[in-house]
Amino acid sequence: MKTYKVFLVSLVVILSGAASAYGLSEAFKGNIYQTGKLKPTDSVLRVKVGEKSPDFTLPAISGERVALSQYRGKKHVVISFVPAAWTPVCSDQWPGYAILQGLFDRHDAVLLGITVDNIPTLFAWTNQMGKLWFPVLSDFWPHGKVADTFGVLRSDGTAERAIIIIDKDGIIRYIDVNDINKRPFLESIIQELEKLKG
Amino acid sequence: MKRFVQCIVVAVAVISSLYATAAQPPASGDVMPALKLVVPAERQHRAYLGLPAGEFFEVGQVKADVVILEIMSMYCPFCQKEAPNLNELYRLIEGNPKLKGRIKLLGIGAGNSSYELKVFREKYQVPFPLTPDRDFQTHLSLGEVRTPYFIGVRIEKGAARVFYSKLGGFENASAFLEEILQLSGLK
Repeated sequence: MKTYKVFLVSLVVILSGAASAYGLSEAFKGNIYQTGKLKPTDSVLRVKVGEKSPDFTLPAISGERVALSQYRGKKHVVISFVPAAWTPVCSDQWPGYAILQGLFDRHDAVLLGITVDNIPTLFAWTNQMGKLWFPVLSDFWPHGKVADTFGVLRSDGTAERAIIIIDKDGIIRYIDVNDINKRPFLESIIQELEKLKG
Repeated sequence: MKRFVQCIVVAVAVISSLYATAAQPPASGDVMPALKLVVPAERQHRAYLGLPAGEFFEVGQVKADVVILEIMSMYCPFCQKEAPNLNELYRLIEGNPKLKGRIKLLGIGAGNSSYELKVFREKYQVPFPLTPDRDFQTHLSLGEVRTPYFIGVRIEKGAARVFYSKLGGFENASAFLEEILQLSGLK
């Protein structure tokens, strides 16, 4: 009987989870690939809060190459790793960041958006989001090298949904490897930037 | 074996009920689903909706003849684009003595926290209340609609009935208000 109870509960949990919700803008219409519910995290961090951040240089959809080190001594850096273009939660994250330039400016911070997709894919995807003020960077080749350096590359080659905050001195001040199925709440990022003030 | 079959039957029944209750957005003519909405923290927004201080409320408790709900999100580009039109709609209603107090606007932030809605409000100078649906429970109750989504609700003697339910922005506030007046029976 115990086996049957376990089976029953498991079946209900699994199948009711399949109907779980996320808000999805009409902006993307039917173009989002449904990934289903994924393993919340699937990597092991290679960096720690308090450590010096590894440097990197990646191509942006604007055509430039952006290096983390170019912000040293000038701006705090918030890195938003998202798993993949054209997937549900990711498509519902950066469009919100599109209206936050003033908030980031007030905290003397910049945002870098990174995925492991190639530039043409990122270009097409982010065009649906309106005008993004922050650099969108491609960690496509060598595939996921930067994500792997930080320890946020998943076993299927996508990135985690992670926020990493690096201060002006290049020190990692915050790491949040979020459940990939959920969007991190904005206040968690802004609260950390508040701590870097003064 | 008999127990196993019973388990399957129960599981199918439970799951079917979950899908049946969560699958569809409310249609015109439907009774508005019971929603557990968060009472706005701001006094002026509670006053606008005619709500006492408290934790939760239902649409039928709003002091109005008609409530226009916008299911929206700070993270939705079309909701951002639509914000000025909603503000214009609010001004049209509040500027008309025959409509002021009779039609109320309420945004429901699907998956949004109070903080995220505050950011959205400040960015677009939204004058009407936005209530957070942090864990998507209201969004789920409303059929997981895409955003923005508009639901018009007629309130009579505390009962709330849907008269408008549509995906997408309206672009022209005057035309949308006219449609609401016609469909709700206010005109």
